[in-house]
Amino acid sequence: MIPEIGHLALILALVMAGLLVFFGLLGAWLEKVTWLAVVPFAVAGQWIFVATGFGCLTYAFVVHDFSVAYVADNSNLQLPLLYRIAGVWGAHEGSLLLWILILATWTLAVSRLSGGLPDRFRARVLGVLGLIGFSFLSFLLSTSSPFLRRVPVPDGADLNPLLQDPALAIHPPMLYAGYVGTSVAFAFAVAAMLEGRLDASWARWTRPWTTIAWVFLTCGIALGSWWAYYVLGWGGWWFWDAVENASFMPWLASTALIHSLAVTEKRGLFKSWTLLLAVSAFSLSLLGTFLVRSGVVVSVHAFASDPSRGIFILALLGFFILGSLLLYAWRAPTLGSEGGFALVSRESFLLMNNALLLASAGVVLLGTLMPMFMDAFSLGKISVGPPFYNVAFLVPTLPLILLVGVGMHASWKQAHLQRVGMRLAVFFAVAAVLSVAALAVAYGSFSVMTLLGCALGLFIVVSSLSVPWKKIRHRETLSRSVLGMCIAHMGLGIFALGVTVAQSYKIEKDISLAPGESYLLAGYRFSFESLHDVTGANWDGVEAKMVISAADRRVAVLYPQKRVYRVQRNPMTQAGISVGPTRDLFVALGEQLGEERWSMRLQYKPFIRFIWIGALAMAIGGLISVTDRRYRRPAAKNPGLPGGLGVAHDN
Amino acid sequence: MTPRRKRLMLVVGILLGVSLATLFATRALRENLSYFYDPTQVAQGEAPRGRSIRVGGMVTKGSVKRESGSLEVKFDVTDFRHTVTVSYRGVLPDLFREGQGIIAHGQLASDRVFVADEVLAKHDEKYMPPEVKQSLKKPMNEGATP
Repeated sequence: MIPEIGHLALILALVMAGLLVFFGLLGAWLEKVTWLAVVPFAVAGQWIFVATGFGCLTYAFVVHDFSVAYVADNSNLQLPLLYRIAGVWGAHEGSLLLWILILATWTLAVSRLSGGLPDRFRARVLGVLGLIGFSFLSFLLSTSSPFLRRVPVPDGADLNPLLQDPALAIHPPMLYAGYVGTSVAFAFAVAAMLEGRLDASWARWTRPWTTIAWVFLTCGIALGSWWAYYVLGWGGWWFWDAVENASFMPWLASTALIHSLAVTEKRGLFKSWTLLLAVSAFSLSLLGTFLVRSGVVVSVHAFASDPSRGIFILALLGFFILGSLLLYAWRAPTLGSEGGFALVSRESFLLMNNALLLASAGVVLLGTLMPMFMDAFSLGKISVGPPFYNVAFLVPTLPLILLVGVGMHASWKQAHLQRVGMRLAVFFAVAAVLSVAALAVAYGSFSVMTLLGCALGLFIVVSSLSVPWKKIRHRETLSRSVLGMCIAHMGLGIFALGVTVAQSYKIEKDISLAPGESYLLAGYRFSFESLHDVTGANWDGVEAKMVISAADRRVAVLYPQKRVYRVQRNPMTQAGISVGPTRDLFVALGEQLGEERWSMRLQYKPFIRFIWIGALAMAIGGLISVTDRRYRRPAAKNPGLPGGLGVAHDN
Repeated sequence: MTPRRKRLMLVVGILLGVSLATLFATRALRENLSYFYDPTQVAQGEAPRGRSIRVGGMVTKGSVKRESGSLEVKFDVTDFRHTVTVSYRGVLPDLFREGQGIIAHGQLASDRVFVADEVLAKHDEKYMPPEVKQSLKKPMNEGATP
């Protein structure tokens, strides 16, 4: 009964989304005030019905309703409650439902928290969001309903063991919140184009939404990387896997968008560029969804695929990209930018930031789509490995990092860098000298690239800290958005430091070890003391006791496990990791090599935590900046021209 | 300089930068592509030596051989027409087992022996790498030489 209610609720949600599109977009077009009054109800209705559907599926998981095919395929009587709930989004159908729930939640949030927006404009934004909701709900209902029944089985096939992990339980919702959040900026952009008006207050409304979506995306990607580090990757933190790339490209585009929006808000420039970025960020999110769901890419994330789904998403992708680009071609020329800026100014720096970010997104896109194109045109089956990205991605990224450190100090319109130039040069020199000293003392030797990475990372950290420091010393007010920017940029510096040191000085070694033996790696003695059996809720396994010591002092005791999940019979490696501020020590148990010997992978990962700490700092910076006062002040309603066409002037 | 001129310079600069980046990217791409070959192609000598390539197929039942206690492992990969022996030193992925589809990355040492530096087995047991699936679907007589 409950699954049928869930299915019905989703159908009603589809109806609500349809009403939202109709009354929102058409009502705004025909200027029918009474029609616009329906919009908030349709938004609330859509959310309630989607949430009901989601609740019904969760209920089916919790009570082990194995007559529902999706539950039977992804759950099990022995599966702990946490993973039964996370199992809801453990495969295609449920994760799509989660996607829709998050979209409905964003739509509700926009409807509730945008009191300052003009009614027509808000109706258009919500109408566009409704259109996305409508498309995805019809996709879900027509090709991938999670509520299909099947002859009940006594026990389910269990959730993929790799997904049975706390980080992975929250990784998809986090990532989706970011992914789907790009649709809000997209809806704002489309509404502005429909309206034919884009001014500073538009940018001010759009910025917090974009930044929050970006914060979620940042956290989601970082969580995924962390999970891959200890579960999937045997110690790697990023694989340039097609699906990782699919989440990384919208991140790069959103980052560019955040910066371009700043210019649009403060200076009324880059308007059409900002619109294009908003469209690109959303298109890349849709492309990501397509890549993950259609099975066209070879990836650990790829689900067993169904061609009809791929075609449906491809059609959606085409519709939204083509539609918004056509609208853009038609309307963007009317949204001229006014005012100019000097060659050396914050505008220029932000423009370069955008160009470089898009270049890096282009590199990732090229590497991700290349194998598909080559295959489609029968030019051979290729794969593009990490070496490509490691080289090609650095080309735009290194100048970008340098420019971040400089650009923060440039003022709008016309900057006189001579004044700050001296100080920046000193910062850079200090960063370089510190890096040389630290690397020489800690690791003995270094390459040019390592030095460059460290120096640039430190440079941004120092440069970011100097902004609030100067303000505090001169007793100037430090706005939250400036503070947030500095923390986020500092995070980038920390991240760059982490990546550089971790990649340059990591040591990995596969060895064969028997109990009682030990192995010396990076000055640490890894002693294999014993091996015993362990049992979990739905798995059995063995656990090794590894004692790690340095200079005869015990540093850590690790218990790496090899689990076998009872239902799917898949072995799973649970690494033992000793976490430290300056290094991680990592032991993963391989397989029994005969007699008592086991294969093991030992790793020494210096400063790898900086990678995630840096990402976290970026996210925190983003959060702080959206609490800035000017976003909370209800935006003054601009006296719009009757036809809605025209360019409003700010300041 | 007029503002127009300045903006033009900026745009030209950015275009230059972007084209330079594209140049680097395409060069890096050409050097780092690795092609996929199935065991039949390897047996017929279509796969290059001394270059990183990928070879994939099913792990032949009963072919996994290892000296007791050694990290060195050898196994056969087949598309049911031809077989390639893969030699690998290191920890195998969790889902590696006989009868499972895998992809190995490495270099050809001879017509029959492939030295892998990485072995990939996918994480969903229902999931088969598309390359392997397609090569298994080829009709038995195609390209098969006795």
